[in-house]
Amino acid sequence: MTLHPAWLLLAGAALVPLLPERLRGAGSLVLPLAALWLVVQLPDGAGASVALAGLELQLLRVDALARLFAGIFCIACFIGAVYALHLRDAVQTAALLSYAGAAVGGALAGDLITLLLFWELTGITSVLLIWARRSERAYRAGMRYLLAQATSGMLLLGGIVLRHQSGAGIEFGHIGVDAPGGVLILLGFGIKGAFPILHAWLQDTYPEATIVGTVVLSAFTTKLAIYALARGFAGTEMLIWVGAVMTCFPIFYAVIENDLRRVLAYSLINQLGFMVVGIGIGGAMGVNGAAAHAVADILFKGLLFMSMGAVLLRTGTINGSELGGLYKSMPQTTALCIVGAASISAFPLFSGFVTKSMIMTAVAEEHRLVIWLMLLFASAGVFHHAGIKIPFFAFFAHDRGYRVEEAPLNMRLAMLVAAAACILIGCVPELLYRCLPYPVDYVPYTTAHVVNQTQLLFFSAMAFTVLMRTGIYPPELRSVNLDFDWFYRRALPTGARAIVRSLSALRDHLGAPVLHALRRSLQAGTVPLRAEGLVAGVWTTSTMILWTVLLLGLFLLAGLLR
Amino acid sequence: MNDKPNEKPRWLDRPRNVDRLVYALYACCALLFAADLFYVKHPHFSVEGWFGFYAIYGFVACVMLVLAAKQLRRLIQRDESHYEAERPEDQLR
Repeated sequence: MTLHPAWLLLAGAALVPLLPERLRGAGSLVLPLAALWLVVQLPDGAGASVALAGLELQLLRVDALARLFAGIFCIACFIGAVYALHLRDAVQTAALLSYAGAAVGGALAGDLITLLLFWELTGITSVLLIWARRSERAYRAGMRYLLAQATSGMLLLGGIVLRHQSGAGIEFGHIGVDAPGGVLILLGFGIKGAFPILHAWLQDTYPEATIVGTVVLSAFTTKLAIYALARGFAGTEMLIWVGAVMTCFPIFYAVIENDLRRVLAYSLINQLGFMVVGIGIGGAMGVNGAAAHAVADILFKGLLFMSMGAVLLRTGTINGSELGGLYKSMPQTTALCIVGAASISAFPLFSGFVTKSMIMTAVAEEHRLVIWLMLLFASAGVFHHAGIKIPFFAFFAHDRGYRVEEAPLNMRLAMLVAAAACILIGCVPELLYRCLPYPVDYVPYTTAHVVNQTQLLFFSAMAFTVLMRTGIYPPELRSVNLDFDWFYRRALPTGARAIVRSLSALRDHLGAPVLHALRRSLQAGTVPLRAEGLVAGVWTTSTMILWTVLLLGLFLLAGLLR
Repeated sequence: MNDKPNEKPRWLDRPRNVDRLVYALYACCALLFAADLFYVKHPHFSVEGWFGFYAIYGFVACVMLVLAAKQLRRLIQRDESHYEAERPEDQLR
């Protein structure tokens, strides 16, 4: 019987907080590495199945796709643990390990019920990373986050029930929208995968988490959704358009957003869009591209979130309007952030260049010109808001006079590991390509590709420079930008309050007259029954007999008529 | 720019050096634009084959993005306390 990596992490999450403080950090570092080793060692195929309420559950099923995601989840957990080493907060350490365990368990789930259990567990464990901020605002954000995760789980459950009833079984393989329960399952995946309109929870709640929390959150939930989509819905035409919209609309928000961690949250949706397009295209190239880009995104988005977390830790703010000039006091963080920025922007020699281009090529080979132009627009936009805006407003722009310490050593080490991985993948893509679900027949470094991508990026940079120097670029302002979270944060509560208010107003206006009328009619109706009334009066015997005869006669008549 | 009087000014603190960087960027762009002359393209789409397509598309896309986002701001921007206000329980506190 092989040891399940998810159980290892979950058991560790339960035990590590009980350790003395000195050993807690070491425990949180060893566990993900041990889990990674287990994932690499696991043989292909399904493990033993468990019978539960008449269903055969397959807790462990390993193939290239599952191994890739489970492996990168372990690596993300390790990087997160290094980044969290300075913390004296057992809650966050336990949340990190259990959240990673849930994500690994989801990636290795062989059936939909097991997936659902881990799916819900990712939501429950990760909300602690938001609540660990221990403020009223974070508490509210956490509740909104939980609501979105629970809704996703409910939809998934509904889909599984429909699927099981129709006799399709609970095995987690290709599902497709046309299959029974397919739409519900897709919507369930879509909430966690931040499909347009369903995405609001992500940009709403991720930036409300703790410094470590946002870094960790960015790695697991959404990528688990990408994994589930890649397995269940590869080649679904609709996803191509869904993904293309996801790449484009968040970049407009990212340009005007002031909270730099929220800028990155929008940028996360944009990157997920590329993966969703790859899954929609399907086939070896599309799915490979989506999986490779998910791995790259976990690393570079984590790196960017880590650098912004370091800025937040040292300066106490993450608003672009209040930051600037930090390169003087945090040069190493600046350099590491720029590596992340170059990777997400897909500069040659950085990870995004060798992964995103697979998706672009998959789209081009299908001759989808409009989609391809949308993705190209989004690629230029990514560089604009994540590649330039993030490092520029945090570390350069106007010197706001912050003279702070460099980020703690453990944070810099975590960023260094992520940055090294980004460059390694960018320079030696075969390392990643070898782990992809399908054999790779793709060469990223061709003259045309290198030149074209560099042209795109340099001219985007030129656009930024020109707009900046002419004063056209919108300044960073302290503000909130309305997004779809407005519907549940504003419209729904306001609507509910309005209904309650109007009902009570109705009661105030109509209540008294209606009650009065009711009382009067009750009074009038009961007059004969009162002491002085007709019915309650003293009756003569003959009247009684008359009424009795009348009643009996009526019964007789009724009997005859029958 | 640098408001700490006792600090040695950095290279980037001088506006002249920033200008130099910007001109270097423009020069790189010019070189990259010209690079289209020197290699054979294998386009999937005919637009890809146009001279300087990626360069022009990148520039135009970013300018449009920023201009559109500025207009979007007029529509969706609210005060920072937008979601905090108007909660009756908060007003009571």
